Amino acid sequence: MEDDWSGRWNHIKKFLERSGPFAHPDFEPSPESLSFMRDVCRILVIGAGGLGCDLLKDLALLGFKNLDVIDMDTIDLSNLNRQFLFRVKDVGRPKAEVAAEFINTRIQGCNVIPHYAKIQDFEESFYRQFHIIVCGLDSIVARRWINGMLIGMLKYEDGVLDQSSLIPMVDGGTEGFKGNARVVLPGITACIECTLDLYPPQINFPLCTIAHTPRLPEHCIEYVRVLLWPKEKPFGDGIGIDGDDPHHLKWIFEKSLERANQYHILGVSYRLTQGVVKRIIPAVASTNAVIAAVCATEVFKIATSCYLPLNNYMNFNDTEGIYTYTFEAEKKENCMACSSIPQTFAFSETDKLKDIIDYLIESPAYQMKSPGITTSVNGKNKTLYMQTVKSIEEKTRENLKKTLKELGLVDGQELYVADPTTPNSLTFRLNLGSKME
Amino acid sequence: MNTMEGKDKTNVDKNNKYDRQLRLWGDHGQAALETTRVCLINATATGTEIMKNLILPGIGSFTVVDGQKVLGEDAGNNFFLTKDSIGKSRAKVATDLLAELNEDVHGDFLEEDAEKLLDSNPDFFSQFSIVVATNLCERALSKLSNHLWSKNVPLLVCRCYGFIGYMRLFIKEHTVFESHPDNTHEDLRLDRPFPALVQYCDSLHLETMTSKDHSHTPWLVILYKYLQEWKKQHNCKAPNDYKERNKLKEMLKKGIHRNEEGVLEDEENFEEAIRSTNMALVPSKVPSEVEKIFNDPSCTNLHSESSAFWIMARALKDFVDNEGEGALPVRGTIPDMTADSERYIQLQQVYRKKAAEDASKVSQRVQQLLHSIGKGADDQVEPLRPFMPSPSSDGHTSLFSSVGLISEHEIKTFCRNAAFVRVVRCRSLVEEYDNKSTKLQELVLHLDDEEPDDAVFYVLLRAVDRFYEEYNAYPGWYNDQVETDVSKLKACLTKLLQDWGLSLNIKDDYIHEICRFGAAELHTVSAFIGGVAAQEVIKVITRQFVPFNNTYIYNAMKQTSITLEL
Repeated sequence: MEDDWSGRWNHIKKFLERSGPFAHPDFEPSPESLSFMRDVCRILVIGAGGLGCDLLKDLALLGFKNLDVIDMDTIDLSNLNRQFLFRVKDVGRPKAEVAAEFINTRIQGCNVIPHYAKIQDFEESFYRQFHIIVCGLDSIVARRWINGMLIGMLKYEDGVLDQSSLIPMVDGGTEGFKGNARVVLPGITACIECTLDLYPPQINFPLCTIAHTPRLPEHCIEYVRVLLWPKEKPFGDGIGIDGDDPHHLKWIFEKSLERANQYHILGVSYRLTQGVVKRIIPAVASTNAVIAAVCATEVFKIATSCYLPLNNYMNFNDTEGIYTYTFEAEKKENCMACSSIPQTFAFSETDKLKDIIDYLIESPAYQMKSPGITTSVNGKNKTLYMQTVKSIEEKTRENLKKTLKELGLVDGQELYVADPTTPNSLTFRLNLGSKME
Repeated sequence: MNTMEGKDKTNVDKNNKYDRQLRLWGDHGQAALETTRVCLINATATGTEIMKNLILPGIGSFTVVDGQKVLGEDAGNNFFLTKDSIGKSRAKVATDLLAELNEDVHGDFLEEDAEKLLDSNPDFFSQFSIVVATNLCERALSKLSNHLWSKNVPLLVCRCYGFIGYMRLFIKEHTVFESHPDNTHEDLRLDRPFPALVQYCDSLHLETMTSKDHSHTPWLVILYKYLQEWKKQHNCKAPNDYKERNKLKEMLKKGIHRNEEGVLEDEENFEEAIRSTNMALVPSKVPSEVEKIFNDPSCTNLHSESSAFWIMARALKDFVDNEGEGALPVRGTIPDMTADSERYIQLQQVYRKKAAEDASKVSQRVQQLLHSIGKGADDQVEPLRPFMPSPSSDGHTSLFSSVGLISEHEIKTFCRNAAFVRVVRCRSLVEEYDNKSTKLQELVLHLDDEEPDDAVFYVLLRAVDRFYEEYNAYPGWYNDQVETDVSKLKACLTKLLQDWGLSLNIKDDYIHEICRFGAAELHTVSAFIGGVAAQEVIKVITRQFVPFNNTYIYNAMKQTSITLEL
């Protein structure tokens, strides 16, 4: 290999060219593992942020040569306390591109291909090119989407999974001093949807509290953000809040302070205002380094079989001492993404379409974002409601108030649900008559 | 009012650049970080990864001490060494590439072997806030740790060996009061309501309120009232078991208003009162960790050298023993709850005011104690932490170095965190290496199972050190000696366990696996230790959060880890 120098892989080779009692039972020590990593194996890294920067470094130094990275963001000054492939001069440029340039320059022979794009911009054929996918995302919706994509790519023959259609996914997440890493073998081990309840529920303040009975500084800021801004239109009609615009933030901060003073509430500060408006999650270099390292180690194990991969979830927290907890998250028997059990829901004829939509959003098992529903009537597709396209939303909005009977839905009817959390539409069987609790 | 005005540009940039971490350790934590001088011994992959995670958040300066030249394998597993640097000074190349990470941080290096430097100029190391050492052999480590222990300079030792990571912290005494615990029990005092709380609750009358007020009365007040009612019926005793608490909840349920048709109204505040009953009835008492601090000789025997922490701990103890009547100062915060703004804020004020009163009593005790140990207004005490924020007139925080006596603001912060103060004392290397140490005997508890926990790797790494002492090489270093090294390492292990007086059977599998490692440093194990080690350094420097005590083992094969006190 022309890029190599004497001793370059000395450390790695000890694990690849020697076996040991704790190696994967299928492991065969040989120089071929390294050639596979160098010449054949392709890894996709999703996210070039806090975890992504560390992941690219880690994978490149482990010997993975062909890496792709997707990120839709550009670099912000507040990234620099941890996203170490970026400098002040790079602010404003696409993260994926700068990260790829840096790694390709620093690590000889490494070929990182950047994609300044959304994951939703790519189709199955793109994802099929990779041997392993690693996620360093801060969005649960994006995680769920890629999870759905990988499950949708599984092929079965006579009910038996075709192993060559399986792409392992290694997923990491961090928040402050906490983090987690997991290995998902789609169709075999617990997937992201199987363990949806592991994500903490998003905290939203009730509108009546914000409007009438503020008690916390956050309530005051939310009042200005949600109610006062659309009313006063401080920067003109149709101009929404830009969390990165200091003028916008200053206005919100001052109005929040005014409201807080009116109610004798203490604690509204510029930093808090910024945090609430931009929904900032605290982040440090150290936690990202830890979680990315765990994820990259797992990629190494999966690619080379030098050890058994993590089975299948690790939690980390170093607020008080250093705490880790490793366990096997269980596959959910009727998981909407990875089980073949059809989803059913029970409603009564007098329930309205809106009740179904609300259920899909609020139910802990589904946690959808903006579900759209279609069905089939006499062999023809009929859109009952769709939020994502404005013109269709307007045309179907009336249906929300109609009862299921008025919409002509019958017991056993199949409803097809689309949502940003998944690339595939889900089929639900409507069970009319016995309303579930 | 614009907080941005009057500050220079670099300050604004720093606020923005460090925003995501300032939300965790605050401006005062950052200020502490920015004055820190860190020394790294050996620019191995582990060493540079640790430094990366300290330079990014903005320590003041770092110095790399390393006498080696870059080898091909160094450039292969270290992000801060390149192919072009092979043959050059490892200290210099790593320093240059590390310094590039953050223009606010000053980097420096010394091309010299750490052990030689220790012999010729040991005080070189005493100038640092903390020393981080990687891949030191046992002999050099002993010298270094003994020296720094005597100089009271914290030392963090890190090592990555195959799929195993290891850390050991040496710090004589580390006191923390901003430990930022994850889940804190609310301090509401319903079991021992203070007069102002009683007065406030008594001023509200659930029976005569409008239904709007009824459904917007804070649950704290509701629970207080029902608790008094319960006590009236039960010889002044609070519910003290599951059954009785459920009965109280039943009473609360009956208190929910009904509409004209007799259907229960939606009274979220009563629901909250019922949900919070168990939590709110937990008796207020001094946590055992704090009790331990109260009984610590440093607390009971103050002297002229006592630090601010111990003076305040003692003032706290005296408060608890006297006017606190067995309880810590009231924390002064209440959780959010369904309520109208006015009464919620009033109730919050009741708690805040009580907290301020308690803190001022503690403050009087602090002044008395200072006087009793002969400290006058012009003297200094060892500060609580490097920097303390003080609220300036406009409600924002400004920074000043807290030399001199203990400020009111410090005392208030201390009282607010009274339930979470911590003291960490690590044992020295001499104590660890004492073959008669009871801590070594306790290892048996980890290892006597069929499946030992990760503590087994501590024993194995000690055996590896012994191997190195004897053969001047690591087991499995050379490809053609792996098998012969297995039996040699096994002999070292047997001797080690004999010296410790332990009769333990450690499976051969472990010895084989350690020889497979052959002292290889896998980049991602280094990266993991790079993350955790940096965070421990930050904890030590900022005196926020709680450092581990004192040995940490990471097993990348299984993604598990363990902390041992050795």
